[in-house]
Amino acid sequence: MKQTFTISIGGAAGQGVATPGDIFAKIFSRRGLNLNAYNAYQSIIRGGHTFLTIRTSPERVTNMGDRIDLLLPLNQDTMDRHLRLLIAGAACIYNADTIKPGSPASGVQLCPLPVSKLVDITRNKVAQNTLAIGAGLHMMGVGFPALEEVLREQFKKKGDAVVADNVGVARVGYDYAAAHFAAFPNPLPKTENRYAILSGNTAMAMGGAAAGVKFYCAYPMSPSTGVLHWMAAHARKAGIMVRQVEDEIGVINMAIGAAHAGVRAMCATSGGGFALMSEGLGMSAMIETPVVVINCQRAGPSTGVPTKTEQGDLWQMLGAAFGDYPRVIAAPLDIRDCFKLIPEIFNIADRFQCPGLVLCDLLLSEGRLSVDPKDLDFSPPIDRGELITANGTSSGGVTNGGYKRYKITDSGISPRAIPGVPGHIHTVATDEHMEDGVLISDEFTNPIKRRAMMEKRMRKVVGIEGAVPPPAQLGPTNADVTLIGWGSTKGVIEESCEILNDQGISSNQLQIRWLVPLHGEAILEILKGSQHTIIVENNYSGQFARYLRSETGFVPNGHIRKYDGEPFMPHHIVEAVKEQLAGKTKLSVPTHEIMV
Amino acid sequence: MATSVQRASELSMADLKGKVDPDWCPGCGDFGVLAAVQKALVELRIPPHNVVTISGIGCSSNLPGYVNTYGMHTLHGRALAVATGLKLANHELTVLVTGGDGDGFGIGGNHFVHSMRRNVDLLYIVMDNQIYGLTTGQTSPTSRIGMKTKSMPFGNIESPINPISLALAAGATFVARGYSGEQKHLTELIKQGVEHRGFSFLDVFSPCVTYNHDNTYQWYRPRVKKLEEESAYDPSDWTAAMEKSLLWGDEIPIGKFFERTDVPVLHDAEPVLSEGPLVHRDLRVPLDAARSFIEELM
Repeated sequence: MKQTFTISIGGAAGQGVATPGDIFAKIFSRRGLNLNAYNAYQSIIRGGHTFLTIRTSPERVTNMGDRIDLLLPLNQDTMDRHLRLLIAGAACIYNADTIKPGSPASGVQLCPLPVSKLVDITRNKVAQNTLAIGAGLHMMGVGFPALEEVLREQFKKKGDAVVADNVGVARVGYDYAAAHFAAFPNPLPKTENRYAILSGNTAMAMGGAAAGVKFYCAYPMSPSTGVLHWMAAHARKAGIMVRQVEDEIGVINMAIGAAHAGVRAMCATSGGGFALMSEGLGMSAMIETPVVVINCQRAGPSTGVPTKTEQGDLWQMLGAAFGDYPRVIAAPLDIRDCFKLIPEIFNIADRFQCPGLVLCDLLLSEGRLSVDPKDLDFSPPIDRGELITANGTSSGGVTNGGYKRYKITDSGISPRAIPGVPGHIHTVATDEHMEDGVLISDEFTNPIKRRAMMEKRMRKVVGIEGAVPPPAQLGPTNADVTLIGWGSTKGVIEESCEILNDQGISSNQLQIRWLVPLHGEAILEILKGSQHTIIVENNYSGQFARYLRSETGFVPNGHIRKYDGEPFMPHHIVEAVKEQLAGKTKLSVPTHEIMV
Repeated sequence: MATSVQRASELSMADLKGKVDPDWCPGCGDFGVLAAVQKALVELRIPPHNVVTISGIGCSSNLPGYVNTYGMHTLHGRALAVATGLKLANHELTVLVTGGDGDGFGIGGNHFVHSMRRNVDLLYIVMDNQIYGLTTGQTSPTSRIGMKTKSMPFGNIESPINPISLALAAGATFVARGYSGEQKHLTELIKQGVEHRGFSFLDVFSPCVTYNHDNTYQWYRPRVKKLEEESAYDPSDWTAAMEKSLLWGDEIPIGKFFERTDVPVLHDAEPVLSEGPLVHRDLRVPLDAARSFIEELM
């Protein structure tokens, strides 16, 4: 079992849950610890219930885990909802003036802070939070200077008096805990490692910058808006044109316009916005101008649950835009991969002159992960494919007309000249066209030419398959159970497998990153040796299971699905696997015990 | 449009001829618009490879294929959005957007309004025939009340939009109306629209001889009156332009309604573009910038 420590902070939106979260995250990170943070919240600016869970460890942490070690309820509601989740060894620090604890499980330490007796709460409205941070860090065995340093940074902009006040309040909490509360048995470890902490949205935005994106546009939509925020804040330093557009239809079309001029262009949205982009994707494919579109899934259908996670847009992605056309669809496996995937998918989109779609979700988009800064490579390989940016750069040499934008080739790829290049004037069209771009849809339709153009475009699919690696199995071969997942469930399935292996049920994992092309034959080859296969996904209907069956005919032994808006926790999967191996069911739908 | 564009030494109408001839109905107003576009580009001597003509979908949106410039025949209603992205990625290109009234004011209405307030530097020519032609004759956003079409056989009961007033209200910095039957005048307006730095909107009466039997050449000829012939008219006066835009009936003004040059164009307002077009930039983020992006997260 991993040695991890998990802290959960809950309160109403506007009560200041984020600040203690940031402070703890910074302190953990500076001790050289890994962390994973997940914030459960609602679509409300003030009020509601926000519940932030930060899990830290000297080892890699990939998900929120199953256990809370320290609970900081900032209001009564949080206490009422979550105290019952604590088990022996855990502690709960709260403001005894305003919050009544209820009765915890045995072995849970209640740590009441007599806030108004300790500090002047009329001067510092978030004093209870700062006291609790100080108390909590003492119990974790963290020295006070680490907290003082972070507080200084946190409140620097507000002036010396505010810094001094907060440091003083934190010290009071720290000393009060020393005198009154039992410390956790194992002090928080320390390593020499240094990590960057980032969300999936920041990772995808930075991945875009690393890929050479020069144009980014978006319409705000949760949970994708973080990509826009990073891009907007860093646009000038990174040399990226960032625009907020009137709607997602405008977004995709503007991005394609920029891409057509010759730059790398990207946009991000969620399911609702992606629905509006469908026709534009078809244009990207038809005029063969590459664009990268990110869909950060949230719980649907329709407006759905805007602040909750789901893997419910796979079939929307698969079915987006009418007609047959080549494209790639990939689902990042974790927040680190959110960065890495973007340059990769741009290279494929550029080489094959087709749309590249990234299927992310709220769990990664808004979650936070510690990442080794070496994994944030701003010099990834860049392959722009057969792009003509000046007369004479193409294999055809200098031309004065006669250029065929849609030249029929064995690979299906036709060298692409950008506007402004002499000798290569052409018109691209969303109507079906001939090699030179002239329409065949209006005056003279031509079945032979139509067929030739369809086959030219679709030949690119073969090349794309060769450019994308097949998936690989993780863990022991000949395991009792094989868990199959896609995208963001990688971490939680991996930890579930570790737990199952520890408990004597040998388990391995097949995690799918490239959804199109799927490499169905390679998947079948891997699954041929599996004893018992279970597909794990964050949706109602088993969208990936249905897709895998449609592509390969493969039917698994069972399914684990969750569609309550919250992500899987390892025990959900572990318990479901056990009940399925015992033959109790073929479909498990774990209950999310945390009411958020 | 940008005034700092390269000029060709000499151009002829043949240089601007597209790969194929138009497939419009004989007598269609769009022929006149195409000829005026080509003539304007010849007279302005802009090298064709530095021009991109972008359209949506509809009869008039076939225009890019008939003119020898780079062209994009995009989606119904989306030409302005595509054009905005293209212009921002390479603002040295001259961008013309062409389309019809259904394309621009109906399905593309949202982009129309927002492109104008952005003052993106391009010329938008709408071939306004007050009907949907390519779908064989339905009511359009500019069809007059009472007009009978296949989709409103008992007569249109919805008020038409007024593209000129709308453009003025939305902040277009060049607003004009032309008539396909007035070639010289139209060519002059196109040239002015291309030369104007900012969003130039040019609504052109382009009669549909097949499906619109109300707004014909015979109907327009006695009604259109050039603003340029009114010595007292001042196109820098927005209020006067708004008043003129409301005239419809026995007298319908054509010409330049309004122009202002004091509003920054979108690509000048964005400092990211100060070092030249994005398309010519190095793809790599400068290493010190990359380092600072990571440092922020530590």
